[in-house]
Amino acid sequence: MSKDTTTYQGVTEIGSVPAYLVLADGRTFTGFGFGAIGTTLGEAVFTTAMTGYQETMTDPSYHRQIVVATAPQIGNTGWNDEDNESRDGKIWVAGLVIRDLAARVSNWRATTSLQQEMAGQGIVGIGGIDTRALVRHLRNEGSIAAGIFSGADAQRPVEELVEIVKNQPAMTGANLSVEVSADETYVIEAEGEERHTVVAYDLGIKQNTPRRFSARGVRTVIVPAETPFEDIKQYNPSGVFISNGPGDPAAADVMVDIVREVLEADIPFFGICFGNQILGRAFGMETYKLKFGHRGINVPVKNHITGKIDITAQNHGFALKGEAGQEFETDFGTAIVTHTCLNDGVVEGIALKSGRAYSVQYHPEAAAGPNDASPLFDQFVELMDADAQKKGA
Amino acid sequence: MPKRSDINHVLVIGSGPIVIGQACEFDYSGTQACRVLKEEGLRVTLINSNPATIMTDPEMADHTYVEPIEPEYIDKIFAKEIEQGHPIDAVLATLGGQTALNAAIQLDRLGILEKYGVELIGADIDAIERGEDRQKFKDIVTTIGGESARSRVCHNMEEVHETVAELGLPVVVRPSFTMGGLGSGLAYNTEDLERIAGGGLAASPEANVLIEESILGWKEFELELMRDTADNVVVICSIENVDALGVHTGDSVTVAPALTLTDREFQKMRDQGIAIIREVGVDTGGCNIQFAINPVDGRIITIEMNPRVSRSSALASKATGFPIAKMAAKLAIGYTLDEITNDITGETPAAFEPTIDYVVVKAPRFAFEKFVGADDTLTTTMKSVGEVMSLGRNYIAALNKALRSLETKQQGFWTKPDEFFAGERATDKAAVLEDLKRPTEGRLYDVELAMRLGASVEELYEASSIDPWFLAELEALVQFRQKLVDAPFLNEDLLREAKFMGLSDLQIAALRPEFAGEDGVRTLRLSLGIRPVFKTVDTCAAEFEAKTPYHYSAYELDPAAESEVAPQTEREKVLILGSGPNRIGQGIEFDYSCVHAALELSRVGYETVMVNCNPETVSTDYDTADRLYFEPLTFEDVMEVYHAEAQSGTVAGVIVQLGGQTPLGLADRLKKAGVPVIGTSPEAIDMAEDRGEFGALLNREQLPAPAFGTATSFEEARTVADEISYPVLVRPSYVLGGRGMEIVYDEASLEDYINRATELSSDHPVLVDRFLDNAIEIDVDALCDGDEVYLAGVMEHIEEAGIHSGDSACALPPMTLGAQDIEKVREATKKLALGIGVQGLMNVQYALKDDILYVIEANPRASRTVPFVSKATGVNLAKAASRIAVGATIKDLQDEGMIPTEYDGGSLPLDAPIAVKEAVLPFNRFRRPDGKTLDTLLSPEMKSTGEVMGLANNFGAAYAKAEAGAFGALPTEGTVFVTVANRDKRTLILPIQRLALMGYKILATEGTAGMLRRNGIECEVVLKASDIREGVEGKSIVDRIREGEVDLILNTPAGSAGARHDGYDIRAAAVTVGVPLITTVQGVTAAVQGIEALREGVVSVRALQELDHAVKA
Repeated sequence: MSKDTTTYQGVTEIGSVPAYLVLADGRTFTGFGFGAIGTTLGEAVFTTAMTGYQETMTDPSYHRQIVVATAPQIGNTGWNDEDNESRDGKIWVAGLVIRDLAARVSNWRATTSLQQEMAGQGIVGIGGIDTRALVRHLRNEGSIAAGIFSGADAQRPVEELVEIVKNQPAMTGANLSVEVSADETYVIEAEGEERHTVVAYDLGIKQNTPRRFSARGVRTVIVPAETPFEDIKQYNPSGVFISNGPGDPAAADVMVDIVREVLEADIPFFGICFGNQILGRAFGMETYKLKFGHRGINVPVKNHITGKIDITAQNHGFALKGEAGQEFETDFGTAIVTHTCLNDGVVEGIALKSGRAYSVQYHPEAAAGPNDASPLFDQFVELMDADAQKKGA
Repeated sequence: MPKRSDINHVLVIGSGPIVIGQACEFDYSGTQACRVLKEEGLRVTLINSNPATIMTDPEMADHTYVEPIEPEYIDKIFAKEIEQGHPIDAVLATLGGQTALNAAIQLDRLGILEKYGVELIGADIDAIERGEDRQKFKDIVTTIGGESARSRVCHNMEEVHETVAELGLPVVVRPSFTMGGLGSGLAYNTEDLERIAGGGLAASPEANVLIEESILGWKEFELELMRDTADNVVVICSIENVDALGVHTGDSVTVAPALTLTDREFQKMRDQGIAIIREVGVDTGGCNIQFAINPVDGRIITIEMNPRVSRSSALASKATGFPIAKMAAKLAIGYTLDEITNDITGETPAAFEPTIDYVVVKAPRFAFEKFVGADDTLTTTMKSVGEVMSLGRNYIAALNKALRSLETKQQGFWTKPDEFFAGERATDKAAVLEDLKRPTEGRLYDVELAMRLGASVEELYEASSIDPWFLAELEALVQFRQKLVDAPFLNEDLLREAKFMGLSDLQIAALRPEFAGEDGVRTLRLSLGIRPVFKTVDTCAAEFEAKTPYHYSAYELDPAAESEVAPQTEREKVLILGSGPNRIGQGIEFDYSCVHAALELSRVGYETVMVNCNPETVSTDYDTADRLYFEPLTFEDVMEVYHAEAQSGTVAGVIVQLGGQTPLGLADRLKKAGVPVIGTSPEAIDMAEDRGEFGALLNREQLPAPAFGTATSFEEARTVADEISYPVLVRPSYVLGGRGMEIVYDEASLEDYINRATELSSDHPVLVDRFLDNAIEIDVDALCDGDEVYLAGVMEHIEEAGIHSGDSACALPPMTLGAQDIEKVREATKKLALGIGVQGLMNVQYALKDDILYVIEANPRASRTVPFVSKATGVNLAKAASRIAVGATIKDLQDEGMIPTEYDGGSLPLDAPIAVKEAVLPFNRFRRPDGKTLDTLLSPEMKSTGEVMGLANNFGAAYAKAEAGAFGALPTEGTVFVTVANRDKRTLILPIQRLALMGYKILATEGTAGMLRRNGIECEVVLKASDIREGVEGKSIVDRIREGEVDLILNTPAGSAGARHDGYDIRAAAVTVGVPLITTVQGVTAAVQGIEALREGVVSVRALQELDHAVKA
């Protein structure tokens, strides 16, 4: 029998805490507040994942974003101690928008309920929204500044609320990774025999990434964003990794320079998500903001080298400009657009033809999402193995 | 990879007749496959014995063989296609259910594929075997790092006992190579084990059973996967069973997507599923894998897989909008997932995983009332005959919709008094909880009741093993109910909240007596402007724009809520109401008519709008009508669809006469609400149903009918019966499929019947008809435009009157009727159609006795025989009826060539083929509580689930094919066991003599044997089961049947109820072993003709397209 950890009675309590979701364009949705009661601001984005709200909410890439879940029933499996993607269990989303909240938690791993965890961490949620109407709006108009106002805050005139929403800082041009990055370096040890050390720049790293490395015999030294290249040499890394993270890649100049140094030093490089955009910029590519982004765990990506399709977890609002299979010269040799999204042709991966550096826009570490792309971690280990062999020989 | 260039001609194998566990979902998948392959420019040949399918319509394939799905017939098709210069390159067998897969295995084993150089596409034999063979599959699960339930394959009872000693009871017993869990079950003790494992060993061609540890009460899930030739795999849908493990997934209430898994657990299941489909080697196409998860610790066990498209894939397709069968067909001819466009978005590729922003609930429909004495416990053997699907924005709203979609006596929670279903336990919490330990039909009603009686979620979980999450959502509804009951008056907020939770006006009215019924609530609701919005099924949770208008309703509380019904200003709309869940008496045949109406009216320029809630059907394919609403067929739900459509354009009319009794029953209220009901008017429908008015019409037209009367009490019934004399046929009014119909021979039985018919009222009287013994029953379908009548088909029943027409075999054209008889039929039909005022289809049943043609009944609607008649005569009646509904005349349709001018269904050309329809019965699915099989005798109460057609130049060959399609081939040699009622002995001498002359060994019981010997027929006397007692040597006939010594059984039971039971053991044994069993005199005669045709080797195959019809549909 699963634990009963919630007293919230879901839909029967609708209306007890009135709440509004207000968009910067003035469109307003009405629902009920749950979790923390009050005000939250952020960019409204939607995810189409049907599972994994806990992983999503603790993913630092969602910093300053209000996440709309298209999945209609949220909270069913409660909250557990194992599925957090932030290091300390911190919820990073600015707010959560749902249609229906579970009347009860049912899962053997649950330790608390979603709404209790949110209330505890001060995260404002709104339920009872016609999320489909909202998502259609975001799809047509693009991601937009938004705010959730519940309880007493919902009593103010709507015009005032719209002004508050409009006045929040924009996502474009924001260098947010420094805000979510670890303050200090920390290490996740390898499981079993240690084969390599990787330095991973934490721009909002998900915990499943070092777990993947660890499972492959890799010790991960996780360093704060913008740690100078000089400083990581002390770890004598077999490879350098740059994680996912929030914000505009166009504002991440410092990280771009660091990557250029890594590439010049010919250290194997692997990047995910934000890391892909930074590698692209190091190659001289441009980035741009997508209308409403890719957020879900069902996104098909084709590898144009192998022809293979992976179903991937994605969470990005920005992307690199490029075409499938396009080859171009960089300061580090010829590069190629290796992966694109089958839905809309957006660049999803790039690499040096030499194979020394590669990155993907999606999330091979999954959590939440499919594990189809996890061989990308093996690829990195093989690259480092080859270097080690060369050195040994 | 592009389309393969080495495949030009594909044989698609269908799934044959509708049976429990294999229903019209395979018509849906097969139809999609045929369409796709034709679109791709391939030559398509099809075999399917089921005439009631869309896939067997001549335009769906190049060559359509309505023939038994047996290797010998497929062999003939291969040969014939070569003769005609179009050799078949490949066989697609993964879209026709277990029947097609088994046929493929046989074709391979018999070397037929090799002989003709034909390749299996989709899944090869090795993959099929790896998926279906229990041990091989277990090994694969182990290889990929998954877990199976601990188990052992046993080949005999000793091994079974050894294994049980190891695993401990209870255990699950599963035979391999059967669909729908046939023969499987849970054994709690040694007796259960003997019965189920023994039965399982008999049911499986491979004669092995799997004995496995019980994981009863675990959470149960299914994944639908697809794989392409480039090894890309996607998961289309996850399905979770509300009923925990132990209830067959076909009998469970299920939801999509899975609702109680974290991402980590879901991905683990997904990873295993993908590894399995690869390891099994399903090359291309779909497969379905079932998993169990221990609710205590999350241990995942892989239960089984189907290496083919299944019932669940049809459900998954409708649930997500992703057409699995269509994709499977494309993948089979070489495309990869990224090369195929997702129809719904029109832009994104099929290589993705659908995501949904609503909750889907599937609920099963049962027919236990048809099988008196059957054990109604839900087990691992599937027993439901149909299902509904509903979509809602949350679980509870979808569940409420599903319950009312089922069209059971309870139309959702609280719509009947608790005593109605719980009897005297209605106030006894402990008793209801105790009941819940045994899963039965409609158990969620008991769960809800128990909650009101104070049962906690914990107690209910303990009793039912239903996951607490589902229970808690229901508990929230029960709490809301209290709020609704307690409120001093029903204000707007409360009403909005009630609709948000999915309650119908009827349910609300049941709790608020001041409204005096549904209409009162409706009036208030409309005055407050509370209406649903309509959302779209789009595979992508609105991430991309949908091109396909596939809608469902939802009540939102958010004032910003949006409806997505697009305006249509160019074309007038026609709404077609479907037939709801399949049930005995109302199944695929009605869906067939609705589909044709949609296709035809779209063709002539209307915007067609389908409303239905049955996920198995072709009608609910978004490709069928221009718009699809997946909604319950209740007055309220239909009115909301009508309103939405009327808001977005002009509705020319609503067609109610094609979907059977379900939409017909709404006609009156729709019309009164101002809906333009087109076709036959509701008044005419009422008139045909009203005994008094209809009787007056018969009198006026001087059409004889069996004497009859109506009664609302036993006293009245007795008076009527005395007047018209016994035997009488008694039944409730307004029924389809002969529900509650019985032949009563005396007053005592009459009293007994009346006492059982608890729902008698002046609105619902019982009908008492004189029963015509030994009459010939005739079924007629006709079209009428108000002025002119077209006699479309005249079918002569093979069985005598008294057996429900749906269960009776019949022949078209009639084998024994003379021209004069047919002329009488034509005249009477014309008078009836014009007298009733039919505008469209009408079905009439006649009985011919002593040269008098009696009218039994007339139904002004599409009948079960419409597809059969359409195929046998080449005139598409449903299309014609839909055109008449929008104003065409028969003359117009004749001018177009849709209806022939030179002849009609009563005057078919002399060289027209003979078509025989045979019914298929589900007796092997049911057991009595003592574990024995049910009696298989036919009666006025319809019991068949489906039908097959046999088509040939002569009656014998057509009958032989129909039997082969329905029950397996008639034996062309061997042993025949004969035991017949006294009154039949004289008639049967000649046929039995014929069998003896053909060399059959005849076995007979003592009485029959004496008669046979006196007539010079050699036979061996056998012992009845009751003859075996101490001191008597030898085996009884029942044992001999069980041991496979008998190839054909002729058993006509005596007329009286008592005597009918004598042959029970014989019939039960025949069902268990699967020996052909014939129980009527006419059947015996027909079978002998069939056997002669088979022995003469004149049975050939012929495509529908070759048939010499003067007109082409």
